[in-house]
Amino acid sequence: MAEFLSMGGYGAYVWPSYGLTAVIMVVLLITSLRGLKTTESTFQRLKAETGPRTPRAPSSENTEEAANGDEA
Amino acid sequence: MHRFANPTRFLKIAGYVQPWMAAVTLALFATGLYMAFFTAPPDYQQGESVRIMYVHVPAAWMGMFCYAAMAIASAVALIWKHPLADVAAKATAPVGAAFTFLALATGSLWGKPMWGTWWVWDARLTSMLILLFLYIGYMALQGAFDDRARGAKASAVLALVGAVNLPIIKFSVDWWNTLHQPASVIKMDGPSIHPDMLWPLLIMAVGFKTYYMWVLLVRIRQEITANKVRILRLKQVHGG
Repeated sequence: MAEFLSMGGYGAYVWPSYGLTAVIMVVLLITSLRGLKTTESTFQRLKAETGPRTPRAPSSENTEEAANGDEA
Repeated sequence: MHRFANPTRFLKIAGYVQPWMAAVTLALFATGLYMAFFTAPPDYQQGESVRIMYVHVPAAWMGMFCYAAMAIASAVALIWKHPLADVAAKATAPVGAAFTFLALATGSLWGKPMWGTWWVWDARLTSMLILLFLYIGYMALQGAFDDRARGAKASAVLALVGAVNLPIIKFSVDWWNTLHQPASVIKMDGPSIHPDMLWPLLIMAVGFKTYYMWVLLVRIRQEITANKVRILRLKQVHGG
């Protein structure tokens, strides 16, 4: 095990290479996933706020518009 | 709203494809890393330090691949004004920048024991550093305008102009004397690298590519949803 970790004396260069790659790729993935989640919840909240309050047809009641809102 | 017909369909497809991309990426990384550390032999000159290659080379390839993808998407956005193209180019930039940075950093960690220096100002390294600056410039330019459309246009032009750097990177090892070794995989007369080293390298390279697809899908979905949020906000301001 110690022999494996020493990488023939190059452990100090090999492991930081892999470590840095792993850290950057994981951080980029997590921030991307988190950004998507935050934006999606903002969108759902705004849709719930604006959706029912914008009637298009002048004659319709709000109940008709609600059918449009729940397709997603 | 018909302008978003296409992105809406994309959102649906992306939602299905994303978990598959994740699964394929993890499987490729597991296989590639196992082979890189346990089945691939040490190099007869470089010893165990050669294992840095299995992250360094895929990162460098992807740094260039992402830039090419970003430049093509920018061209499509400028010429045909396709709404997804702009979004795809914008979503690619931080991933490409991350790969380019990793190529430079792991190259530095490989250069120290092999060349005796962290950095030299030779053609391959310098052109790769310019690639990183192009990515950073692209992202900075995008946020530099109050008008989002103008920022997108300016950065798309920068992406296209910067594409001349790609052939310079590729051929830098042939055109100039450099410490960096010449190509040993993508060559006219076939790879000059042993299959025991080539296979883990290729598997890692494909893993890096599917990782890019995975993150790209996530970021494009985020961008499209952010556009919808902006439209709803405008609606609130004008219709409320």
